[in-house]
Amino acid sequence: MRIQDHPILELKKGPRVKFTFNGQEIYGYEGESILAALHDAGVYVLSHSLKKHRPRGLFCAIGHCSSCSMRVNGVPNVRVCVEPLREGMVVETQEGKGVLA
Amino acid sequence: MKKTEIAIVGGGPAGLGAALSAASMGAQVVLFDRQYSLGGQLVKQTHKFFGSKAQFAGERGIKIAEDLAAKVAAHPNIKVMLNSTVLGYYNDKELLFQQGRHDLDIIKADQIVVAAGASEKMLAFPNNDLPGIVGAGAIQTLMHIDGVLPGSNVLVVGSGNIGLIVTYQLLQAGVHVAAIVEAAPRIGGYLVHASKVRRLGVPILTKHSIKTAIGTDRVEKAVIWQLDSQWQGIEGTEQTFEVDTIALAVGLSPCAELLWQADCAMVDVPELGGFVAHHNDRYETTTPGILVAGDAAGIEEASAALLEGELAGIFAAQNLGHSFEGVEAIIAKKRAELASLRIGPTGEKIRAGMARLAERGDHQCLSKLG
Repeated sequence: MRIQDHPILELKKGPRVKFTFNGQEIYGYEGESILAALHDAGVYVLSHSLKKHRPRGLFCAIGHCSSCSMRVNGVPNVRVCVEPLREGMVVETQEGKGVLA
Repeated sequence: MKKTEIAIVGGGPAGLGAALSAASMGAQVVLFDRQYSLGGQLVKQTHKFFGSKAQFAGERGIKIAEDLAAKVAAHPNIKVMLNSTVLGYYNDKELLFQQGRHDLDIIKADQIVVAAGASEKMLAFPNNDLPGIVGAGAIQTLMHIDGVLPGSNVLVVGSGNIGLIVTYQLLQAGVHVAAIVEAAPRIGGYLVHASKVRRLGVPILTKHSIKTAIGTDRVEKAVIWQLDSQWQGIEGTEQTFEVDTIALAVGLSPCAELLWQADCAMVDVPELGGFVAHHNDRYETTTPGILVAGDAAGIEEASAALLEGELAGIFAAQNLGHSFEGVEAIIAKKRAELASLRIGPTGEKIRAGMARLAERGDHQCLSKLG
């Protein structure tokens, strides 16, 4: 869900763009974090812990904690909380530690 | 390899202050920030600042960040490196960094100011790793940068100023806050903030903490309980809230990784958030040429970070022989402003932390080289 009307902030958005999450088409706004667009679309599980495979979501949102590491356009371990969204991005949940192509 | 007189790590209030004061003394400065814009966490602060009139009291953090960032960007002596993470420290004041996905590079500086800020603390309780359990600062980032709501019903853990302010900001954005729980017997933050959220109907439960989170792929419930005088949960006092988000506002710890790597003597000062670099009143650590400012030097707040940064920038520039007429008067004025931010009961914790840091001799400091 997005803030529609805020008493203090004037939120400026980029153009609306389409991207995919695990093959599913989702819309967000260019330049916002991939995380924000996913969260708005109701995607809360971003990764899984390596050993026990427990779900992981956003925690710090400033690129500190690695809880939101995902594959973006084939690149593993992208911190989606600090990666700006672009049209046509392919975002996928990552299994394991990630492998460089 | 690149070279500069002064390298500053972190573009929040401390780093911006350091860059501006050092550059205004004629030093060549390179300022690193890993984000795409300057301002650090100031850019998320929609509330008006308190404190000294000289230090932006009455202004909102977002505006302060814009003003400082514009001055830095316009200054001919400052080169700003955005989207640039400083990854490591090498001997003799060399910093390893990476800009975006470019190749790794090294910059050699005559002086380094570490103004790397802080990270949010975690709290130990069952299921604390469930999606929906987030740092309070993460809520500010999500809401105030991208305009996305974290959830619809939130339990806030911690009643320091961050917990209180984030609660108010959630209400402002139309999110329900079920309660604030506080383990201590009294509210941690300013009473003016606490009164505001109480008037808006949010209970603040002191001597309470979270017992467990419940949910499968996302928080569905939070169970809280009362604590006894030994901070232990009391069976039978549990209350359950149906929330989809638990905001942790349980403090910050200094980002001191580079300082450890630079072999600065480190001291554990709980009042300052954990391990901080031992430093003198010129913000110099025990490693020559490495200075520290802002939350990286001990957790405080943005106005103090800015002043510390300004002072550290002046001292770093002085160490390189830069000066100007009247610099000593400016140093004295900034020191006085900083002291005035720390007076009274609200400054008690920081004063205790500073005293503890000062009283520790080097022999009591931890250093990785022994």
